[in-house]
Amino acid sequence: MSLLPLVVLLPLLGFIVLAFARGRLPERVAATIGVGSVGLSAGLIVLLGISNFDGIAAGGAFTQSLGVWFRVGTLEADFSLTLDGLSLTLMAVVTGIGFLIHLFAAWYMRGDDGYTRFFAYMNLFVASMSCLVLAGNLPLLYVGWEGVGLASYLLIGFWYRDPANCDAARKAFVVTRIGDTALAIGLFVLFRDLGTLDIAQAMTNAPLVWTSASPAATLAAFLVLGGAVGKSAQLPLQTWLADAMAGPTPVSALIHAATMVTAGVYLIARTHVLFDLAPLARDAVAVVGAATLLIAGFSALAQNDIKRILAYSTMSQIGYMFLALGVGAWSAAIFHLVTHAFFKALLFLAAGAVILACHHEQNIYAMGGLRRRLPLAFASFVVGGSALAALPLITAGFYSKDEILWQVYAGGHGAMFAAGIFGAMLTALYTFRLIVVVFFGPAKIDAHQSRGFAYALPLYVLMALSLVGGALHLPLAALLPAGPGAHEDPRSVGVAVVSGAISIGGAVLAVMLFGGDRRWLGALSRSPLGSVVGRFWREGCGFDDLYQRIFVAPFATLARRNRNDVIDALVLSVPRLLTALHQQAIRSQTGQVRWYATSIAVGAVLIIAVAALS
Amino acid sequence: MGGSVPLDHVLILAGLLFSLGLFGVLVRRNILFVLMSIEAMMNSAGLAFVASGSRWAEADGQVMFVFVLSLAGAEASVGLALVLQIYKRFATLDTDAASAMRG
Repeated sequence: MSLLPLVVLLPLLGFIVLAFARGRLPERVAATIGVGSVGLSAGLIVLLGISNFDGIAAGGAFTQSLGVWFRVGTLEADFSLTLDGLSLTLMAVVTGIGFLIHLFAAWYMRGDDGYTRFFAYMNLFVASMSCLVLAGNLPLLYVGWEGVGLASYLLIGFWYRDPANCDAARKAFVVTRIGDTALAIGLFVLFRDLGTLDIAQAMTNAPLVWTSASPAATLAAFLVLGGAVGKSAQLPLQTWLADAMAGPTPVSALIHAATMVTAGVYLIARTHVLFDLAPLARDAVAVVGAATLLIAGFSALAQNDIKRILAYSTMSQIGYMFLALGVGAWSAAIFHLVTHAFFKALLFLAAGAVILACHHEQNIYAMGGLRRRLPLAFASFVVGGSALAALPLITAGFYSKDEILWQVYAGGHGAMFAAGIFGAMLTALYTFRLIVVVFFGPAKIDAHQSRGFAYALPLYVLMALSLVGGALHLPLAALLPAGPGAHEDPRSVGVAVVSGAISIGGAVLAVMLFGGDRRWLGALSRSPLGSVVGRFWREGCGFDDLYQRIFVAPFATLARRNRNDVIDALVLSVPRLLTALHQQAIRSQTGQVRWYATSIAVGAVLIIAVAALS
Repeated sequence: MGGSVPLDHVLILAGLLFSLGLFGVLVRRNILFVLMSIEAMMNSAGLAFVASGSRWAEADGQVMFVFVLSLAGAEASVGLALVLQIYKRFATLDTDAASAMRG
């Protein structure tokens, strides 16, 4: 297991080398370092996974400590890395998908001024994400947690010359920081009551210290949920993800679709013992997930920007994962995390290819008829879109989403199940709307063709994974408790039939609505109600506006009022008083000898008078 | 020692002299008069010492008077040097002219 630290250190080394090169490296060298370090990490993970698979599948965990980080009183934190079924699954996604996306980015970013800088940030991200996933204790996990936030901020604002990109980066950083703060407080609560921040130890101690539904456990679970909600762009901290699309498209694929935004799902699955002890918090996870998947689904339906459609779709799919976590179907959530990483990375990379071919046009209504010019991107979109819409039997997305819906149904959550089914319909609708509008109909834009090994290989691999990924068997059974539907045998095929029919129905509806001349769709969107609803959905259901009104605007007003610093005025009154007294004292300095002599005489008289009278 | 002047009278005279000198210092602007007023104040103090020494038949009073005299001499020499400097610099003997230390 001595190779495990290299998984984190190689991308970190890549980051350091690229960062200190400061853009002086030729593109080919920078790409070799940037892509190679992640590729080596992926290779190491495969090697470690294969050589230890039996132990890991049996629920074993390999821990390696690289030495003491700090010891303060009873608080101990080491640089310890843990590889078990959960972290192996996540690491395979992070480094494997990460490698493919890095490879694609080597093609996508060519000719950009910040080529080296781009790969430096990307390597920093992979190193931080590996640290997050492999961390054996919560402080180290938090370091990775903040590291991915930093990398996300740097990459959203990668093209920093446009102030809008910097605004988007700041927004992402500030909004996720709210969740991060909640998580930090959650760690304090955990340490106070459990006496340790080692993850395995804390999860062993939790049921011994806390009774089920005890206030402290609920508080801790809610604070951890706060962190997860911020990072995973769920209600109510979801507003940053759509704007985060300002970054380069491979960034959106890696950070804002496949890996970082699913860190919240990983965190909750990792601390599932805590959520089992706090039923209220677990229900909250399910409610957050169900609400987000519906809100984001509606919003995705009304977007015209190809990347924003995919961003809202990401929120919606993570909503499914949260829904699964909330009903206790831990491994179903991780399964959907993995398949989602496959097909959403595929969709984003294909979207990047489309955007580049269309000279950085992102409005889907300005495209159209691209299926002949961009056959590979078209195939990717069809495969990825089918997986996203969970078309039955042939796609990976179907198996994972069906697993979630089945578990929700078996857990007896009627309303949540209805939300999930309706969300599946929405998913199919907005996915095929995107495909129909972009790739069919008359050609509106002169797209140039794309070719190249680094461009094609990731798309082919991800297409294959999006199709057969549903057959994956993740080594989670011994690690995470079985979901509520596990004991019902035989398993009902009714749910699968319903969800399959719903997604096919949604796809057919999308083709009917958005194919052809879209006559009655236009009439609908022009009607008074239709235009209001359309605008509401397009603006992400009004959350940005709401937060602007209740948080940003009052804060800006307060800042403007306090321009001259109220506290400063208080402190500065002391020197002002002393200056005034000083001005009075100066007036006695007349420079006239007679005046001084008078002062001496009066003083002498006073002193003698006092001495004589006392 | 019969028929001598009572000490009280001498002290009152000394007080009057001192007050006159002080008054002169405070109201005169010509620096020469100021110096003369200071001499008067010193001599009033000397008078008080001599009278007191005579009253208690002690030599201290006369010793102090000699001391006051030497002090007055030193003061006069420094003071007159200053007068010359002030006159050279300001072309007047008005003390208020030398008020550069104001403020």
